[in-house]
Amino acid sequence: MDFRLNEEQQMLQDTVARLVRGEYSFEKRLEFSETNLGFSADFWQQLSELGLTAVPFSEELGGFGGGGVEVQSVMAELGRGLCLEPYMQSVILGGGLIDQTGNDNQKEHWLAGIASGELKAAVGLQEPQSFYDLNNVETRAEKKGEGYVLNGRKAVVIGGHCADLIIVSARTSGDSREADGISLFALSPETAGVERRTYPTIDGAKGCDITLNNVQVGADALLGEEGNAANVIEYQAGRAIAALCAEAVGVMEMANELTLDYLKQRKQFGVPIGKFQVLQHRMVDMMSELEQARSMAILSASVADSEQSDERRRVLAAAKNVIGRAGQFISEAGIQSHGGIGMTWEYNFAHYAKRLIAINHQLGDDDFHLEHYASLLQAS
Amino acid sequence: MNMNYTAEELAFRDEVRAFLDEKLPADIAAKVKGFRRLSKEDHQRWQKILSEQGWYATHWPEEYGGVKWTPVQKHIWDEESCRYGVPRSIPFGVNMVAPVIIKFGNEEQKQKYLPRILSGEDWWCQGYSEPGAGSDLASLKTRAVRDGDHYIVNGQKTWTTLGQHANMIFCLVRTNTEVKNQEGISFLLMDMDTPGITVRPIITLEGEHEVNEVFFEDVKVPVENLVGEEDKGWTYAKYLLTYERTGLAGIGMSKAALSHLKELASRRLKNGRPLIEDPSFSQRIAKVEIDLTAAAISNLRIIASVEGGGVPGAESSMLKVKGTEIRQAINDLARRAIGPYALPFLEEELDMDYEGDFLSDENAAPLSAQYFNNRKLSIFGGSNEIQKNIVSKMILGL
Repeated sequence: MDFRLNEEQQMLQDTVARLVRGEYSFEKRLEFSETNLGFSADFWQQLSELGLTAVPFSEELGGFGGGGVEVQSVMAELGRGLCLEPYMQSVILGGGLIDQTGNDNQKEHWLAGIASGELKAAVGLQEPQSFYDLNNVETRAEKKGEGYVLNGRKAVVIGGHCADLIIVSARTSGDSREADGISLFALSPETAGVERRTYPTIDGAKGCDITLNNVQVGADALLGEEGNAANVIEYQAGRAIAALCAEAVGVMEMANELTLDYLKQRKQFGVPIGKFQVLQHRMVDMMSELEQARSMAILSASVADSEQSDERRRVLAAAKNVIGRAGQFISEAGIQSHGGIGMTWEYNFAHYAKRLIAINHQLGDDDFHLEHYASLLQAS
Repeated sequence: MNMNYTAEELAFRDEVRAFLDEKLPADIAAKVKGFRRLSKEDHQRWQKILSEQGWYATHWPEEYGGVKWTPVQKHIWDEESCRYGVPRSIPFGVNMVAPVIIKFGNEEQKQKYLPRILSGEDWWCQGYSEPGAGSDLASLKTRAVRDGDHYIVNGQKTWTTLGQHANMIFCLVRTNTEVKNQEGISFLLMDMDTPGITVRPIITLEGEHEVNEVFFEDVKVPVENLVGEEDKGWTYAKYLLTYERTGLAGIGMSKAALSHLKELASRRLKNGRPLIEDPSFSQRIAKVEIDLTAAAISNLRIIASVEGGGVPGAESSMLKVKGTEIRQAINDLARRAIGPYALPFLEEELDMDYEGDFLSDENAAPLSAQYFNNRKLSIFGGSNEIQKNIVSKMILGL
């Protein structure tokens, strides 16, 4: 039993950490967030030059052939920097969907670009009525000639505003909540009939809702088998969940470091406030929550790339549940321990707190995953 | 034991309802109920209506233009006004500085300031907290040095709510550095237009401008603006804080927020059904509603016990803690109810004049911001930790 990273994994993590430390000061992040792009094109370029956008892909694509642990090493550091780049959306989720389902032509066309960072993908799986259920798909794709016509709306597509490629789920058959009949399509956002309503998000990133209005795509837009995408979506969402868990751990580490520093520096009643037992115990609780979260992030990374099973499903649901709860606890307890200063835009803590709450609203919150876990509960 | 309203109280409730039905502007109520921003003009317009009705100053004796409501009547007003979407009264003038002036001020001050509060001519803000003096308020450093007929004030205040609208500020200042912290503080009134006062906005985490820093540089304040005696300000400050704490439990506001949450959960879908029918979500709502029921009764018990005219004690500290936790829990659920739509931050949809399509629900846009903004509830007005210290000291003798 050894929970340490191996030498290569450690080097990978150190590389990302150095890059983030050098390029992603809090002040710069605020500037990136306010641009139309919503992140740093330059930083994205550096991620790609260092081969980091290729981490999960095979060596033929110039990748590391990295698995859950390698992805975790990257995501944790991006979390520490509160990085705004759509790494999870494009590299992990978008790349993962194409990698698992794409034909040779599609992989050549798109995957190489995602791995090199030249092409950014965004993934629309949710809809206005879907809540977090990815099988709840009402967007329709009807066969027309060789291709399809898409109609519907995809909700809260993070990174969709600047994506070169948009991957959406749409129903080719079946009722709105059935697993059967869901297909995946990859299309350019410039395709006629694609409308995007772009907005900033509460955590400083950007996303959009995408309306598909009689969007005509060719047969080459279909990813994988028609009507059989539910399993693929579930599997790749699972990898994305593991990535989010790792990011959350990075965010929580920083949130806790900032809070601990503050408890040591801030003086009231003539002593550092960290001398007060109530604040000591809360800080200890924040650390314990972080350790619970870290353990589940490690566990989720260990199953992220293994074959689908109820055990994998349980681990990922459990991990996202723990991350959601721990994240909200650390966010709220951290603000409370800081007092007023934790409520301000100018000071970085609040931005970590907001990211933690936002992560809980991506790919299912703690309630959603608790329910999912309960549905998979083993009798013994 | 009788937990029912008397016939007189019921009649009073009808009177309140009739007044609100007739006089509460619909546009203002819609903003309040939809958690939208209120402008300075909105507040002033409503205050004028209340003043004309004679219902603005409910903590004041009648001789100064107050209305003599019993604690139960005040409670009925609070309940009904929250239910109707009445704007939260800006307490700094009418409910904070005024009771201090009435109890400790001289006749001149009463004649000068009280009518201007009633008429809305003055908008007061509060100069208590400082960067180095938050929970440890008595360690404040803003200095006032006597120079002939004036005090010369230097220092800085912070978290000054709506200071950007105010033309008057009441401040705790240090007039004596030779004695214990609490014994060298004075209570000073200042015109915000006095040279040397600068207001700088503090933007809170959700992007709002609600609070400010206020800087004082050689500000000349006439000695007649001192309330009560020099160096006795801490006594007045504590008196004011009991008034502040009473309203902080926000039971009425929690009830309004809960009913908003239930409406929202009836419209939002999960698994093709209204979210409010979802077993786990409905249980979460049920739990917070039960907690609120209990807190509302605790609130009534405090009201009944001060019906005789006393000032509420440490019980209001306990209720502040519970009440703020409940409101935060409701805000948490409202954010959860919109699922993925908690992420978009659509500033344009916060505007009541917005005429475009709503991205998801017409009430969704303010929900995440409100959740974050209301983290302040457990921090301000004496943080919940400080409230617990008060309870353990005053009630438990620990």
